[in-house]
Amino acid sequence: MLNVRALYKEFPNDQGETVKAAQDITLEVPEGKLFTMLGPSGCGKTTTLRSIAGLERPTSGEITVDGKLMYSSEKKVFVQPNRRDIGMVFQSYAIWPHMDVFKNTAFPLEVGKKKLSKKQIEEKVLRALHVVALDGLESREATKLSGGQQQRLALARALVMEPKLLLLDEPLSNLDAKLRERMRFELKRLQRDLGITSIYVTHDQSEALALSNQIAVMNAGRIIQIGTPREIYEKPGSQFVADFIGSTNFVEGVVESVVGEGYILAKTKIGLIKAYSAQEPVPGSKVVISIRPENIHVSHERPTDGNVAEGQIDTRIFLGEYVDLQLKVGESLLQARTHPSLRYPAGTQVYLGMDPEKCIALLDAKSPPAEKIVVSKAVS
Amino acid sequence: MLKTTWFGPTTTLEPKPLIDFKWFIIGVTIFIVSYLGIVPLAFLIWQSFSTPQTMTQAAEFTANNYVRAYTDPQTLVLFYNSFIFAAGTSAFSLVLGTLLAWMNERTNTPFKSLFYALAIIPLIIPSILFTVAWIFLASPEIGIFNLALQRLFNTDYVFFNIYSLGGMIWVEGLHYSPMAFLLMTAAFRSMDPSLEESAMMSGASIRHIVFKITMKLAWPALFAAVLIMFVRSIESFEVPALLGMPAGIQVFTSAIYNAIKRYPSDIGLAGSYAVTLLIITSIGVFFQSKISSSGSKYSTMTGKGYRPRAMDLGKWRYLTAGIFIVYFLLIVIIPFLVLVWSSLQRFYSVPSVQAFKTISFENYSYVLQYPSFLRSVSNSVLLSIGSATTIMLLTAVICWIVVKTRIRGRWMLDNIASLPMVFPGIVLGVSIMILYLQFDIGVYGTLWILFIAYLTRFMPYGLRYNTTSMMQIHKELEESAAMSGATWGTTFRRIILPLMKSGFVAGWIYVVIVSIRELSSSILLYSPGSEVISIVIWELWENGQYTKLSALGVMFIIALFILVIGMQLFTKRIGVKES
Repeated sequence: MLNVRALYKEFPNDQGETVKAAQDITLEVPEGKLFTMLGPSGCGKTTTLRSIAGLERPTSGEITVDGKLMYSSEKKVFVQPNRRDIGMVFQSYAIWPHMDVFKNTAFPLEVGKKKLSKKQIEEKVLRALHVVALDGLESREATKLSGGQQQRLALARALVMEPKLLLLDEPLSNLDAKLRERMRFELKRLQRDLGITSIYVTHDQSEALALSNQIAVMNAGRIIQIGTPREIYEKPGSQFVADFIGSTNFVEGVVESVVGEGYILAKTKIGLIKAYSAQEPVPGSKVVISIRPENIHVSHERPTDGNVAEGQIDTRIFLGEYVDLQLKVGESLLQARTHPSLRYPAGTQVYLGMDPEKCIALLDAKSPPAEKIVVSKAVS
Repeated sequence: MLKTTWFGPTTTLEPKPLIDFKWFIIGVTIFIVSYLGIVPLAFLIWQSFSTPQTMTQAAEFTANNYVRAYTDPQTLVLFYNSFIFAAGTSAFSLVLGTLLAWMNERTNTPFKSLFYALAIIPLIIPSILFTVAWIFLASPEIGIFNLALQRLFNTDYVFFNIYSLGGMIWVEGLHYSPMAFLLMTAAFRSMDPSLEESAMMSGASIRHIVFKITMKLAWPALFAAVLIMFVRSIESFEVPALLGMPAGIQVFTSAIYNAIKRYPSDIGLAGSYAVTLLIITSIGVFFQSKISSSGSKYSTMTGKGYRPRAMDLGKWRYLTAGIFIVYFLLIVIIPFLVLVWSSLQRFYSVPSVQAFKTISFENYSYVLQYPSFLRSVSNSVLLSIGSATTIMLLTAVICWIVVKTRIRGRWMLDNIASLPMVFPGIVLGVSIMILYLQFDIGVYGTLWILFIAYLTRFMPYGLRYNTTSMMQIHKELEESAAMSGATWGTTFRRIILPLMKSGFVAGWIYVVIVSIRELSSSILLYSPGSEVISIVIWELWENGQYTKLSALGVMFIIALFILVIGMQLFTKRIGVKES
């Protein structure tokens, strides 16, 4: 449905230096799927999205939508954004303040190529407003809508011309936390029911995990990893991805031996750890093992299989849905997430059980700073 | 005030002073502001309904001034001229300003960032000097443009006549166009570019976007700018006096001036004209503020400030770059050069090889030895610095009251302090003149009357600068000072004023610049001994000493230029330090 090949975009910044905003972006989105570009600000996700929209002219590469060539540096093709037939929801919603709800939604039908009768327009507008549950607000002034309603209006306006492709640029980032969570479900339902191919840009990892069929994690203008939410979360391919998605413990170690079937044994400060590795590293090479807090099982009894370490509960934070424990294993601190029913007080000696499948060995160029173990920022 | 020790107020509470220092300051400020804002206005209206006061007869109530003014068919002409002049000027300056702003903000015209930096330079040249320069350029007899074209086509046809309504509109419109440019640039910049982009994604063509989105959204700003320009030009004095009066084209401001300057002065008639003019400007300012406040409903949530795509003009961008260059030549370079040329001539003559040989600096030494020159410089400096300082301190207290306190009726204080905004300079001059002629408290004929006039006239500017920075000071910063044991006076001096510094300084410099250029109020209020620089320029003009005037003008412009550059550097430094 959407094909982006070797997209490259550079532009001069205010100091006159060249900024490489997007490099070698190649992605393919099948019909009816929701594809998310996830990354910190300045990672090139918005540049890529705006290049697909045609609001930005890439330096080189090729973009096809539904088999139609939209941009190609080789063939010197650039279809103007108003001829691309792509719906887009902007971060600021871009609701026109001088029009009411109906007029905002009707605008794409009035200015488009197809000439529609008044009645057809009305029909389509009402249907679009119904889909986003804004029925009855047609004559409301657009600026009198609440944040969530403006967001849905922006969606209705993008959907009303029945585009082949829908682009969403951080559509939920201006909403408060509760509303954001509700809209997340609504967006997912809507996208699935309408079966519209969508590209979603966000810096919020939980949003990406919740909504997407596929995620591209981006950093510094490049795609770092593409996969389903589960793949990205459970089998991160690099330290950056492991750190950016969810929270994790990094344990540095040296490879002792390769045990086959994608597993290695590594010597670390918390003992010998058996870990999953996508690549096959040479014994003696340095690795970083990522262990998610929820994959550290804390108990009084020594687990019978898997990786085991012995430690002491240092700090204990009750968070309602779960209890976060800071565990001291030798010199290292590890974070574990446990069920609130676990009532060990601080100071208790415990065993840590870690399933080798959930311990991911990563060969990263960058090693984590100073201390061997980095407890990353918790999910917020 | 309480004595404070290292640990805060001393434990033994001293008896509370009879009048709290805070309330004393607030009371004095309210009194001064109300006095400045309301009394001259009341007197003007009263006087316009009064018969002239003579030695033998006290003033009586009469509507005769208005009857006389409105039954005179001349008044109709006055209305017509003023309206055409103001409407023409605002339309011309706005079309020019909008075009330049659009070229600068939304196209890829070369050197556009340089142009934006240069855009403030035209604001430096005082109106009277700009007008004189254009007389040198386009008067029927000595205008360089006319003479050049006449020689080129070998004819004696007059191509440009600056002494006409069209000429007045041309000069005033050019002079105000930088302001229109800045207003429209701000409007273009405040527009969320995604509003246009989402129309683009909806499939709209450029034409649709421009007419259905951009223009509609810019409309409030455009209309507000039209009103600002209209009010500014209907109250301007220099151009109507220098270009209109010789050709017999009267507008309200020049009619007021003539009514005062004729012998005997017809203060009643001047008053009725002044009140009429005041009503017109009040209506303009009222609608303008109404639009500005309702404009806020057009400001929606904004996204991540993506710069809008600059439109690629292709070859046309050389044309737009050409427009920039021609504009800059017309508005700064040529007027300044013609003043420089004229200042180097003993008698004014058109540039030629022969005239080039008689270049001398005689005019400069003449001006420097001119009897009232040094006095006027010291008067101007004294007045502008004195009024700027007073205004900024006064308005700091006012906007503190308006923004930070819950005193009932504080909005009225804000309105009273902004009231002088509707006063055209010449109307303010008339009102203050009338007031202090009636109540002789010894200020008439001294520098003090000019000081009062400047204070009144520029108070709204100071208020605006201070309010902007006051809004940004969080209430808790003051409260924590109070909790630390600081008195109100100390808090104001040590916390609020330092935090307001950048806005305070910027406003101070602005007031210095506008008051050092002031002419239209001063012209009715000065007397020998209290001349200011712009009055000396005016006198030289009346005496026909054009070359001397040019020498003074060149020095004046250079001094102002240095002042403004200093201001830019200074505010930049402050800005960097605080951000």
